[in-house]
Amino acid sequence: MTTQSEHLFDFVLQLADNSMIIGQRNAAWCGHGPILEQDIALTNITLDLIGEARSLYQYAAQIEGNGATEDTVAFLRDARSYKNLLLVEQANLDWGNTIVRQFFFDVFHYYSLQALCSSNDPQLKAIAEKSLKEVTYHLKWSSEWVIRLGDGTEISHDKIQAAVNGLWDYTHECFIPSNADSALNVSGIAPSLEDIKTLWNKKVLEILTQATISIPSQTFAQKGGKQGIHSEELGYLLAEMQHLQRAYPGVEW
Amino acid sequence: MDQKEWPLWEVFIRAKQGLNHKHVGSLHAADINMAIENARDVYTRRMEGVSIWVVESKHIHANDPHEQSALFEPANDKVYRHPTFYVLPEEVNHM
Repeated sequence: MTTQSEHLFDFVLQLADNSMIIGQRNAAWCGHGPILEQDIALTNITLDLIGEARSLYQYAAQIEGNGATEDTVAFLRDARSYKNLLLVEQANLDWGNTIVRQFFFDVFHYYSLQALCSSNDPQLKAIAEKSLKEVTYHLKWSSEWVIRLGDGTEISHDKIQAAVNGLWDYTHECFIPSNADSALNVSGIAPSLEDIKTLWNKKVLEILTQATISIPSQTFAQKGGKQGIHSEELGYLLAEMQHLQRAYPGVEW
Repeated sequence: MDQKEWPLWEVFIRAKQGLNHKHVGSLHAADINMAIENARDVYTRRMEGVSIWVVESKHIHANDPHEQSALFEPANDKVYRHPTFYVLPEEVNHM
């Protein structure tokens, strides 16, 4: 691969892995949601995310060539080659933590897709246009839950505040450009993370204020996900997700 | 902690423009916003609709089932209330 197509491959994986990993995390709620209606809501969101990841993995496989497929890219790569943000691999813990993780990601995801709708890369543009409609709903859904629980009872407020405090350090990584982010921004394929950061801060402040949740003051950034340096969590997640294809290569049903 | 159940809502979906909203089922939700979103998630996942109505179940009033015979049986032998005694021209469809 040329340097440019290596950057494109890495960038597509960053996008795909984010959606895949948070989708896999959310999928663990299937059958365990707090009420039936929200169990279905989160499962719908999960399927949107995994659907988006599939389109992106197909594109990544096409760039990689050598007989790669969406399945080999998703199921036969080790944690070190996964390029998702550390934010999305964090454990579900309780419903409040899952909601806050989803909200932080949705805001980033929404503005990233919005910017990708004017990408120079026609394939990424097409995928972004399709997914943006879905993610518009994800963001509405998670924002309403953050407000509902944050501005809810004393217990729900404390749980959301604790989740915001716990996940805050993982949000900054969204805006720290990888080599692929920087190179492709120059060529008009990838969005400007500076612009997205401004939009992200504005939206998060707006929703957390409505939710009576205070924004943590710490600015320490947990980072490394885009370079494949992950928390221990991801290994267990991939072990479960990839088990079937690893144990029975090429299995279909 | 207060463990009150969320109220029940009835859901009506319009399958496409020009058709009526049709009752499709019910669900639990804390308020109107959540009821519409839950309805979207539970009842329109397979492209069943283009419009959603929700109404809290307590606002729906039904007839007394014990009055069944007084309310509905008198219509049984009034065949003349059906417009079946006219000869329609061939060109008139969908009647």
